[in-house]
Amino acid sequence: MAYLSLSNVSKVFGTTTAVEDFNLEVEKGEFVSFLGPSGCGKTTTLRMIGGFEMPTTGVITLDTEDITYQSPNQRNVGMVFQSYALFPNMTIGQNISFGLQARKTPEKEIKKKVDEMLGLVHLEKHIHKYPYQLSGGQQQRIALARALAINPRVLLLDEPLSALDAKIRVELRLEIRRIQQTMGITTIYVTHDQEEALMLSDRVVVMSQGRMEQIGTPAEIYNYPSTEFVAQFVGQLNILPVTQVNKKDGTCVLAGQQVKFDQSFERSISETPRLAIRPEEIQIGIGEGRNTLKGRVETVMFLGAVVRLRVDLGGVMLSADLFNERNITLPRAGDEVVISFPEHSCWLI
Amino acid sequence: MKRRSIWSWLWIVIGMLYFILPLYSTFDFSLRAKKGVLSFLAYQRVFEDPNFWSTIKFSLVIAIFTIIVSILLVVPTAYWIRLRLPKLRVLVEFISMLPFVVPAIVLVFGLIRVFSGAPFFLTNTYFGTYVLLVAGYVVLALPFVFRSVDTGLAAIDVQSLTEAAQSLGANWPTIIFKVIFPNLRVAIMSSAFLTLATVIGEYTIASFLVGIKSFGPYMSLIGQNKTYESSSLAIISFMITWAFMGMIQLFNRGKADTSALAGAR
Ligand SMILES: Nc1ncnc2c1ncn2[C@@H]1O[C@H](COP(=O)(O)OP(=O)(O)O)[C@@H](O)[C@H]1O
Ligand SMILES: [Mg+2]
Repeated sequence: MAYLSLSNVSKVFGTTTAVEDFNLEVEKGEFVSFLGPSGCGKTTTLRMIGGFEMPTTGVITLDTEDITYQSPNQRNVGMVFQSYALFPNMTIGQNISFGLQARKTPEKEIKKKVDEMLGLVHLEKHIHKYPYQLSGGQQQRIALARALAINPRVLLLDEPLSALDAKIRVELRLEIRRIQQTMGITTIYVTHDQEEALMLSDRVVVMSQGRMEQIGTPAEIYNYPSTEFVAQFVGQLNILPVTQVNKKDGTCVLAGQQVKFDQSFERSISETPRLAIRPEEIQIGIGEGRNTLKGRVETVMFLGAVVRLRVDLGGVMLSADLFNERNITLPRAGDEVVISFPEHSCWLI
Repeated sequence: MKRRSIWSWLWIVIGMLYFILPLYSTFDFSLRAKKGVLSFLAYQRVFEDPNFWSTIKFSLVIAIFTIIVSILLVVPTAYWIRLRLPKLRVLVEFISMLPFVVPAIVLVFGLIRVFSGAPFFLTNTYFGTYVLLVAGYVVLALPFVFRSVDTGLAAIDVQSLTEAAQSLGANWPTIIFKVIFPNLRVAIMSSAFLTLATVIGEYTIASFLVGIKSFGPYMSLIGQNKTYESSSLAIISFMITWAFMGMIQLFNRGKADTSALAGAR
């Protein structure tokens, strides 16, 4: 049995179903993210694991113990909030020792643990300061240290980086991953930021409207999205109308030109399937064993690492991302171009 | 711009005069106990009166009990409402305002009617009467105690702090006394001083329940019988109130940076 498991968990608030039939098994030491747009039920699911909401149906077990209705202060689960939620009346040291004092840990051990935790987040010299004297990023590190000080069975983080600016956010997420790996702590991480989820996680749960859309490794989620929602939400995706679909041969016609697609990965549920392809799969120029199409460049956007083109394939618009190089020769708007992409890179949706 | 500031100054001056003139004339009058010269004779007489000291001591003790009871009643209530019953907040706020609408005389008659008979018989003993007095004052203090505590709670992220504490293993008493109370220091202190100022000068409830034992009725008695002493007593009670108000300011200022932190993030 998995270390943490949620079976058939749902949560209804009045008339809104926040979470529906949620099933998840998390192994010890695993880092799992809940990814999805705002309002899809990520926080509610996390709060049920933390004990702050009771599931309407379903069972949650942790380390073979049924914790579904256990109160939060009995669960030994660490929690990190978007708003840091440090106790304003206590110093950093007192904040970190709070959980240990609640457990009646001997003073000596508390002191040792506080020092250890402050070392872990590199904030040793701030032990006597108050939270308001620290920057947002530092406060969140302290919140992390406070949550970890109690040796929680699971660490829960609810959009912990959303209130920070971009640079700190990137810094701190590396830090979170490092700490998680050193301590080998089972972690559930809620975010609406796909980059965060893909970078940090062993597995990602993509959610939409209270339901789990897909669960898988970051590469699985990105390369083999099992629903249109996942495909659209994670990364960029071209979804193009096609005709004369022949599923047996794996061919269809896109803007009057024949295209081969990946037959083995079909996720279309509608009557009129469409062709899905990531912009970064597309190249300018012809290639061996690739689908090749003619088009005209509409716009060219230089984004730094990538250059994004909008190409008109004759009534069908397509985004193509080219990797930048110093000696790149950019096409210009109005240029007639030939684009190509591997046959296995596109699929029906 | 300039015009505007002249006008605002004028209003400030008018306001000050409205406030200060009566006070000044009372003060001036209180100094005229000795014919022909200005002296502090009236003050001396007040301070020499043992009843002054005994009544003020009595009212202080009652005030302190009132403060303790109302804080212990209001803080957990307001906290719980913010945390779990936000829809009830408007209703509770309305109820807490009732003492502004219900005259004290009605309140004290109600209290006596209900609690002096069976099965309570509270007014049969001194202790019971004091309990009733404190209870009446708790009700009187409710509007500003609730307001100030509720505002204090609004400045902290009650839900996140509570959940953080819970996830760290804290039980309710720990959360309330180690997390909530300390973060409401300013609110509690200012409502405490306001309560103190109110209770010390309160007349209606005190005169019906304990009469001349407490400071309010004592002041009133002096006012009826001794001309100069009553003015000096008025000034003294003003000073006491102001001292409390000053202490509120002091507390607020001293904790200004801490309350800023509670507001931030
Ligand atoms: N306490 C609550 N009462 C009523 N509805 C709620 C409550 N908490 C969440 N919801 C609703 O449940 C849905 C999921 O919310 P939430 O889990 O916070 O989403 P997310 O964290 O993914 O943004 C939303 O529609 C939200 O309005
Ligand atoms: Mg959320």
